[in-house]
Amino acid sequence: MANSHQLKRVDFIFRNENDWEKVLSNTIKKSPRDLINELISSELKGRGGAGFPTGLKWKLTSEAESDEKYVICNADEGEPGTFKDREILSRVPYKVFTAMAICGYITGAREGFIYLRGEYKFLKEELEKVIDEFDYYCKEIRLDFKIKVFMGSGAYICGEETALMESMEGKRGEPRNKPPFPTQAGYQGKPTVINNVETLVHTFTIFKYGAKKFYDLGVQYSRGTKLFSVSGDTPKPGIYELELGMSLQDFVYEFGDGDTKAVQVGGASGFLVPRKKFKDAAIGFKGKLTGISLPTGGSMMLFNSSRSMFNVLDNYLEFFREESCGQCTPCRVGCQQLLLGIKAVKRGDKPAAYLDKLLRLTETMQYTAKCGLGQSVANSFSSIVENFREEMIY
Amino acid sequence: MDPIQTLVKDLADIHGRKRESLLPIMQGVVEKENYLSELSMIEIAREMDIPAADVYGTATFYSFLETKSTGKYTIRVCKTITCAMKGKNQVLFAIQDMLKIKLGETTPDHQFTLLETNCLGWCHKAPAMLINDEVYTELTPEKVREILSEYMKQNGNNGYH
Repeated sequence: MANSHQLKRVDFIFRNENDWEKVLSNTIKKSPRDLINELISSELKGRGGAGFPTGLKWKLTSEAESDEKYVICNADEGEPGTFKDREILSRVPYKVFTAMAICGYITGAREGFIYLRGEYKFLKEELEKVIDEFDYYCKEIRLDFKIKVFMGSGAYICGEETALMESMEGKRGEPRNKPPFPTQAGYQGKPTVINNVETLVHTFTIFKYGAKKFYDLGVQYSRGTKLFSVSGDTPKPGIYELELGMSLQDFVYEFGDGDTKAVQVGGASGFLVPRKKFKDAAIGFKGKLTGISLPTGGSMMLFNSSRSMFNVLDNYLEFFREESCGQCTPCRVGCQQLLLGIKAVKRGDKPAAYLDKLLRLTETMQYTAKCGLGQSVANSFSSIVENFREEMIY
Repeated sequence: MDPIQTLVKDLADIHGRKRESLLPIMQGVVEKENYLSELSMIEIAREMDIPAADVYGTATFYSFLETKSTGKYTIRVCKTITCAMKGKNQVLFAIQDMLKIKLGETTPDHQFTLLETNCLGWCHKAPAMLINDEVYTELTPEKVREILSEYMKQNGNNGYH
């Protein structure tokens, strides 16, 4: 793989920067157009997992005509194996707020929301304290921007951007059809920028240090750094900021326990990579390994040879069956049938060839499900069943 | 006025009566009452002037908005992959053994409800659980017994926080 290189640790995101006031007041002296160009030239892509170019998203929202616009920080971090956003919000919340305010300045939004998952409610009070301080400063520099925390209530699907907006509007968190995209019609039908927590922090880095500093890190198509949430069979679970583009082999060399059988990249909605393919897999958007369509990014779960891949898949499918919003049939029925199906094969009630039927079902879901949840079940299902077929049967 | 009526009215005064206030209001009721009773949902519908079916429909979508009676403390043990790999079942057995209830049940004194939940976001410190909003990580059967005894002691002393 031409793109692969050694792991490079970086420290931007959690670096304690006491000058957010200065960053904010200096940045909003520049014109929105210049700032958008700066962001576009950094080639920052969304860190929630889908990888949409952030500069373009802000540009589209800034061009949309409306009296009211919104900025939303997506902190509904629910993908199995992801826990970086919580750490950002507890350690450097002011970077997130500064980025939101700059986004408000650029796009013309005067209101921002943090959609915080119910499981992280313990963070709310502290966040609101920092927001008070932040509001005070915004008033001082006459920046018309207010931030509020909106609590989720335990629904994975609300991390999907349009489901999140439905939820904020007081409804069931059922994803909408796209288009229209949130940049045109988002929260309350108004143009909305919605970004992952980590994406916003990267924009802080870019506005403070310039796009070049960010662009020079990483590899082509995958610029900059990324937080990785490392868990499973590893001697050092935790959160690590690394340059994008490393090979999975190098990653396992650093984080594996010497007996790594497979790595799940991108959470339950991502891909399982078996040992024999480690050296061919690079972590970045080009390979579509982290670039999947659900709000996660950087979930790295390691499994050693003591783990049954059947149990892993069974766990994922139970997760999806419970978290499917039930709105569209391919996902609602598909998740149930996949779970029933692998159990039937394991029990011997169905022949091994039934797995191929299930694979075709995931393909159908990929094409017909309404949102990223149903579409991406195929990722983990096919990568596990194809690489560990014998474990599914015996 | 019925206490639920007062609570719903107070919450609506704080959060507003538009549809986007529905979640904050329901969350406020759960914070005080532990769950959304039929009466509270009807009351919310009346206060906000929307169909009660919409309130019920929305509430049942969210796993943290219980519509069945729960104990004062809801224990949610994470069952997603890393927690499952790192000994979630042993932790769950220890809790069941100590509280003498099964998954989904509430203790007869209405103190504890035991549930499983999906990924809590503490995979690097698995296994994890929530007791109401409080997070507990790197659990072992011993550790979970200590934590629960602490909660039980507080109740015995009437030392509710």
